[in-house]
Amino acid sequence: MHLREKFLRAKVAVSGANFAVAETGTLVVVESEGNGRMCLTLPETLISVVGIEKVVPRFADLGPLLTLLPRSSTGERMNPYTSMWTGVTPGDGPQDVHVVLVDNGRTHVLADPVGRQALRCIRCSACLNVCPVYERTGGHAYGSVYPGPIGAILNPQLRGVGSEVDASLPYASSLCGACFEACPVRIDIPEVLVDLRTKVVEAKGASAEGVGMGAMGWLFGSAGRLGLAQRAATLAGRLSRGRMPRNLPGPLSGWTNARDLPAPPPETFRDWWMRTHDADGTRRDGSDR
Amino acid sequence: MSARDEMLARIRTANAAAGAGPTGRLVPPVEVQHGDVDLFCENVADYRATVVRTREGEVAGAIGRVVGDLGIGSLLVPAGADPDWTTALGPEVSVLQVDDGTAISYDELGAVGATLTSSSVSVARTGTIILDHSAGQGRRELTLVPDRHICVVAARTVVDDVPDAVARLAALGVEQRPLTWISGPSATSDIELDRVEGVHGPRTLVVIVVDDD
Repeated sequence: MHLREKFLRAKVAVSGANFAVAETGTLVVVESEGNGRMCLTLPETLISVVGIEKVVPRFADLGPLLTLLPRSSTGERMNPYTSMWTGVTPGDGPQDVHVVLVDNGRTHVLADPVGRQALRCIRCSACLNVCPVYERTGGHAYGSVYPGPIGAILNPQLRGVGSEVDASLPYASSLCGACFEACPVRIDIPEVLVDLRTKVVEAKGASAEGVGMGAMGWLFGSAGRLGLAQRAATLAGRLSRGRMPRNLPGPLSGWTNARDLPAPPPETFRDWWMRTHDADGTRRDGSDR
Repeated sequence: MSARDEMLARIRTANAAAGAGPTGRLVPPVEVQHGDVDLFCENVADYRATVVRTREGEVAGAIGRVVGDLGIGSLLVPAGADPDWTTALGPEVSVLQVDDGTAISYDELGAVGATLTSSSVSVARTGTIILDHSAGQGRRELTLVPDRHICVVAARTVVDDVPDAVARLAALGVEQRPLTWISGPSATSDIELDRVEGVHGPRTLVVIVVDDD
C-alpha cells in the first residue's frame, strides 16, 4: 500500500517504452503488474525516454512483435497489461507529455555491418534463460542493464571496448549458439561475438601473443618452412634422448603448470608417410590391400 | 544544428555505411479473422478471471448477479455505457455515472466497489481484452484504480490472434487513442517465471461475454 500511495500522489512520471510507431507517433509499454499503467496514467506529466532502435515503421508491425515478446520472455500467451498512447488525450491521463529519443552509441552500432543486427533486440530475455555462461555468472557480471548474451554484444558496441569489462564481454561465451536458436528476432549473437573479439584484439595493438601467432602463421603458411621446422624439432628430440624439459621457462610456465610439454616424436607424420607409402598412396608392405 | 538534425544525420550516415537499403513493408496486410469465442473464454478463465456467458437481452441480469455475488455496494459506470445494463441491480447498489468532465479523486476511485465497462476488441488465442477508452469504457484511471473491473465483451468483437487485433484497431481508426490491453488480472511473472496475481492493477476481473443472437 505504501507504493500505491506514492503512485497516486506522484506529479511527474518517467517511463521507457518497448516500441514506438513512426507512422502514428504511438508509444507502447508491455508489462505485467500494473505499475506501468499507474505510471503512464495517473501523474500530470509523463516523460518517456526511448532508444531510437525501439522505433518501428508501422502500427501493423506491432502485430508480430506483440505476439513474440511475451511468449519469448515469460512463456505466457500474453502479458497481463499492454498500454499504448499517442501524445496527449484531453481529459485522460497526463496532460503534459514528453518523448526523449536517445542515441547514446546506437548510431555507432547501426553503422557496423555485422553488429547492427543487435539493434533488432526486443529485450525478451530468451537468450539469458538458455545461456550456460549467464547461468553461472548472473546479471551483475555484465556491468550494465543489458545482461546475458545480448548484453555481451550490445554493451561493447554501445560503450566501446576500452574498459576491462567491455573488452572481456565478447569472451563471455562458449559460442554454443543456444542464444541464436532462442532469439525470436534472429540475432546471430555468436557471429557478433566473434566479430567483437577481433575488434578487442585489434584495439589492444601489438602483443607478445600477437607476434608469436604471427610467427606461427608464417611457419604454417608454407609446406617447405613447416617441414624444416618439424625436422629441427625431431632432431632436438632425438638429441635430448628423452631429457626434454617438462616445463617451459618464464611467462610460458603458466601454460605448462597444468600440462606436460609433449616430447617431439622421432619421426614426423609426413616423413613416416613418405617412408611407408608409394607415390599413388598405397602401402609398400601391402598391408592395406 | 539541432540535436534532432544531428541524430537524423548520424542515422543516415550509419545506414549508408552499413549498406542498408530502404526498409519496405515488414508485415504483410492482415485479413482479420474472427476468433473462437469458446477458446477466448477458456483462455480468460485460465488467467483466473471470472467468465460469465450470456445472450443479447440477458446482459442486465448477468451483471446484476455478478454485482450481487461479489457484494458490491457502489458501481462506477462511465458515460456511454448501455443504460439497460444497470436495470437489474439490487436497491442496495449505488450507481456512480461518470462522464468525461466528472472530477473524481483517486481516494474516491479507490473506494468504488467496481467499474463496469464495455470493450473494443478481444483476442481469442491470448484471452486479451482491449479497451480504447471511448464512450462506455471511460478514461484510463476509471479501470485502473478501483480493485474490481467488470467488462462486457460482445462475441462479434473477438478476433483470432494479436496481429488480427492490431489490424482491427487500425480499421476502427482508434490506433491513436489510449489503448489498454488486459490479459487477466494484475500479475507478475518476474519471480522464477511463475505467474502471481494481484500486484498493482485491479485484482478481480469479471468478463461478461455476450453471444450474438
